[in-house]
Amino acid sequence: MTLLQVRNLTIRFGQKLVVDDVSFDLDAGQRLGIIGESGSGKTLTSLAIIGLLPDAAAVAGSVVFDGVEILNKSDGELSSLRGNRIGMVFQEPLTALNPLMRVGKQIAQPLRIHRGMRMKAALARAIELCARVGLPDPERLVRSYPHQLSGGQRQRIGLAISLACNPSLLIADEPTTALDVTVQQEVLKLINELVREEGSALMFVSHDLPVVSSMTERVAVMRSGTMVELATVGELFSGARHEYSQKLVQAARRSDDDFVRVSRGGRA
Amino acid sequence: MMRGNRTLTIGVSLVSFSVMLFLLSVIWTPYDPLEINPELSLTGPTSSHWMGTDEYGRDILSNIIVGSRTTLITGVLAVVICMIVGVSIGIATAMSPKWVESPAIFGIDIVLALPTVLFAIVLAAVYGPSTFTAVFAIGIALSASVAQVTRREVNVILLADYVVAARASGSRIPRIVRKHVLPNLRASLFVQASSASAIAILAESTLSYLGLGTPPPDPSWGRMMASLQQYLIADPIFPLWPGLAIVITVLGFNLLGDGLREALDPTLRRDVE
Repeated sequence: MTLLQVRNLTIRFGQKLVVDDVSFDLDAGQRLGIIGESGSGKTLTSLAIIGLLPDAAAVAGSVVFDGVEILNKSDGELSSLRGNRIGMVFQEPLTALNPLMRVGKQIAQPLRIHRGMRMKAALARAIELCARVGLPDPERLVRSYPHQLSGGQRQRIGLAISLACNPSLLIADEPTTALDVTVQQEVLKLINELVREEGSALMFVSHDLPVVSSMTERVAVMRSGTMVELATVGELFSGARHEYSQKLVQAARRSDDDFVRVSRGGRA
Repeated sequence: MMRGNRTLTIGVSLVSFSVMLFLLSVIWTPYDPLEINPELSLTGPTSSHWMGTDEYGRDILSNIIVGSRTTLITGVLAVVICMIVGVSIGIATAMSPKWVESPAIFGIDIVLALPTVLFAIVLAAVYGPSTFTAVFAIGIALSASVAQVTRREVNVILLADYVVAARASGSRIPRIVRKHVLPNLRASLFVQASSASAIAILAESTLSYLGLGTPPPDPSWGRMMASLQQYLIADPIFPLWPGLAIVITVLGFNLLGDGLREALDPTLRRDVE
């Protein structure tokens, strides 16, 4: 069953074309990686799906989520989807949390908005969600402010917020880019588990091919606003068609080889 | 870190000193502040009149104590007016589309260009001098700068990731204003309110000094200053008293604002690990 259908999505800022004729499908429970360098339009594509593009952006094409066209919807209509059917995890876990609100309340927000829960019930659920995303001592933790938590903990809070209402689609926009490599692995593992357990579809946006290929079955390669290739991870590694995708695969292989050589005691 | 707390402590002490004068004026003053004693005209500080007497032989200390009413009422009312008007205009312009925002900014700039005291003088000339005219004029004049600062702060907050994130979890505009914009504006609002009250008190004193604020016989520090400075050559201590009262109160409100800003920012707070 097609959950998300993007057709000829085109985004302009004035005369500047930033996303050019992008189309793809995502079935329920399926995972799609979007990879590209900064400025390739991958973040704008994901923002278009939840209707959060900046006001200056002119959008054309169609984004159908669960049979509903998103692009012509008003902000009010869209807000009942956001955080409810579509969850989003952001790149920078510190700035994506309100610095003056205790994290428990921030997790409780989508529950209060979409489930109409009272603060007490929503906070109790927030504690469960904190435990679910592997945060220690959740009763105490929900009372802390974002700046009191580590980067990895903040991103787990971000995950708890986005998954609070069991969304059918989770959009993760470079969720581990701002984290240490060791923490990155833990958070990736967690996203992997949670998405599998919830049965959500996943759209994983990143510039890191090894990370994307470990998280998803299919990968869309974007470059300067166009989607140059859409293939399964296997196809991409066995025979990427586009020149840019080939370079990405080579770079990924090389860093992998370097890693093997260094770990065997040789020189990179 | 210590500085923040000390600033707040000094600010609170100075402001509460003025508040205590206010409360004291309701229940007790050493003499009737309006009682005229021609034979006691312009005596220096004595054991029965600690701050001396003015040209009509009225007790200066009693007038200072009662004058705190005018000062605090002006400060508080002007701030209430300028915060309500300024913050609503500031938030509304920041959130409205460009074709509303630009003319609104232009209007704010026009009000900003008018000096507060000049605006108050015009109003006093039209409606006659009274505490209320002064308060109204000061409140409206100050609301322009409050609106300006608020608009800029809100614009920054609206671009913050956490606002995008809040929208991504389904928050609509009213909730975003309530849960994200106002709390993150809070520290700035306290500072603005506090320094606005300092400016308001100073402006009221200026107007009274010019004879355009609180009319006689209600005691006002500004008017006391104006009448006592004529006897500066006889004894410079006379205008010192109302001057000191104004300085202490204005300084107190300024320090209170600074201290509050530091105390309200959880990232500057010390009580958490």
